[in-house]
Amino acid sequence: MSSLPLVSHVAPHSIVAWRADGAVTLRQFLAEVGQLADLFPAGGQLLNMCRDRYRFSVGLAAAIVAGKVSLLPSTHTPEVVRQIKALAPDAFCLTDSDHCPVDLPQLRYPAMAPAHPETFAVPQIEGKQRIAVVFTSGSSGTPQPHPKTWAALVGSVRAEALRLGLSDGAPWTIIGTVPPQHMYGFESTVLLAWQSGNAIGHALPFYPADICQALAAVPTPRLLVSSPVHLRALLDAGLALPEINRLLSATAPLSAKLAQAIEARCHAPLLEIYGSTETGQIASRRPTHNAEWQLFPGMTLIAEGDSWRVCGAHIETSTALSDLIEPTINGHFLLHGRIADLVNIAGKRHSLASLNYLLNNIPGVVDGAFYMPDETDREAITRLAACVVAPGMDAQRLLAALREHIDPVFLPRPLLFVDALPRNVTGKLPRALLKRLFQKRSTLKSA
Amino acid sequence: MIECLNLEVTAEQIAPDAPLYGDGLGLDSIDVLEVALVVSKRYGLQLQSGSADNPHIFKSLRSLSDHIAAQRTR
Repeated sequence: MSSLPLVSHVAPHSIVAWRADGAVTLRQFLAEVGQLADLFPAGGQLLNMCRDRYRFSVGLAAAIVAGKVSLLPSTHTPEVVRQIKALAPDAFCLTDSDHCPVDLPQLRYPAMAPAHPETFAVPQIEGKQRIAVVFTSGSSGTPQPHPKTWAALVGSVRAEALRLGLSDGAPWTIIGTVPPQHMYGFESTVLLAWQSGNAIGHALPFYPADICQALAAVPTPRLLVSSPVHLRALLDAGLALPEINRLLSATAPLSAKLAQAIEARCHAPLLEIYGSTETGQIASRRPTHNAEWQLFPGMTLIAEGDSWRVCGAHIETSTALSDLIEPTINGHFLLHGRIADLVNIAGKRHSLASLNYLLNNIPGVVDGAFYMPDETDREAITRLAACVVAPGMDAQRLLAALREHIDPVFLPRPLLFVDALPRNVTGKLPRALLKRLFQKRSTLKSA
Repeated sequence: MIECLNLEVTAEQIAPDAPLYGDGLGLDSIDVLEVALVVSKRYGLQLQSGSADNPHIFKSLRSLSDHIAAQRTR
């Protein structure tokens, strides 16, 4: 494989995005990509913090054309930005906000000039060019980098477009409730539109009313790319929904009940994508039709003890999966939740070992452990708990220290101060003993 | 709010002007979505990001309740 086009749109007037002031043609988009690339500093890596999805896409395309790598950490806490600086000393930050807190040299997204009609060519990108680096939480508290090549990303989203039926030349507009800075939104709202000849909706809607407004602002057919958290809120809000022609969900498995309710309300099929930061997307399913996931074409699962690796198609080296998997037949499998060390809260993943490491590294903490309670209600988000031995420290100070390092969704709720952790004779901390500690406490609380 | 978010505080412990995000009550975006749902059901009011004053609405319990009081439909 040599080179692949930046976008699969061909005609200069084809629509690549919708922003507040209307459609953006391929010609205009490429002109803006060129203008932004000319403003880039010398650094070879960037943190693209643009909240507007269209501006993010221009920043990404400009970086690709200029041979720069987009860094996609899972969160942007001050500590993670410091770690990025250490890993990539030349990194800069592209932002479209006046109040970007990222402590890196900043490039403000510029006002763009209209396109020059006579210059027009879709850039061809080498398949082996490194486009992005995504990060997972390492067990020692340092983010682990996973580089992504152009060929791997294009292969992944082209397979996704086929599964979603987006290559019918409609053209579709994609509205996403997930940010483009994370692997799911990166692939399924930006690259997916680029590589299926469809359009990106610029908005990042949050509240149910925002989602309705963002949908109504673009033509049909519309694909809504979202997560169980947002889809449940959208359904519960009881608003009159604009026409939605297809839905995509990822980050956590959707219950069959919620999937049925959504399909009934929207009169449109809902598909789910399964993947990970390390592998990108690897399988899909329609939960109202089948509980089993179907691997993307060309992929295989390889057993490795109790866990599984996946290889083939866009996965360049076989990669371990961090969920419990039961292969069925012909490239299908069932998912049975995560492997114990990994917590997934509203689609954000973190290793428990690394959370415990960070907790115990806070000055004043003598001993401490996070605990993931059993999930009781599939629709509600189960939060982490933690117990600590930290004489003289209060919850506010401890949480402030943790907030420096981890995304707020991982902050413990409850945070329990104890005299000693329930360690067994060998000094280990079995989950059962932690569970008993938190159960005892909730009985006391409700009594 | 304490009930729907399963928070570790009592109603009396929430200062009306303390920030809801970050250092104060420590709410995150998942919580905000939950609160928005309860608000829409109880007061018939859909919160939206589009309005320019949105960052102020969740600044504190006082600003949130002022907003609800002004916009409620039931």
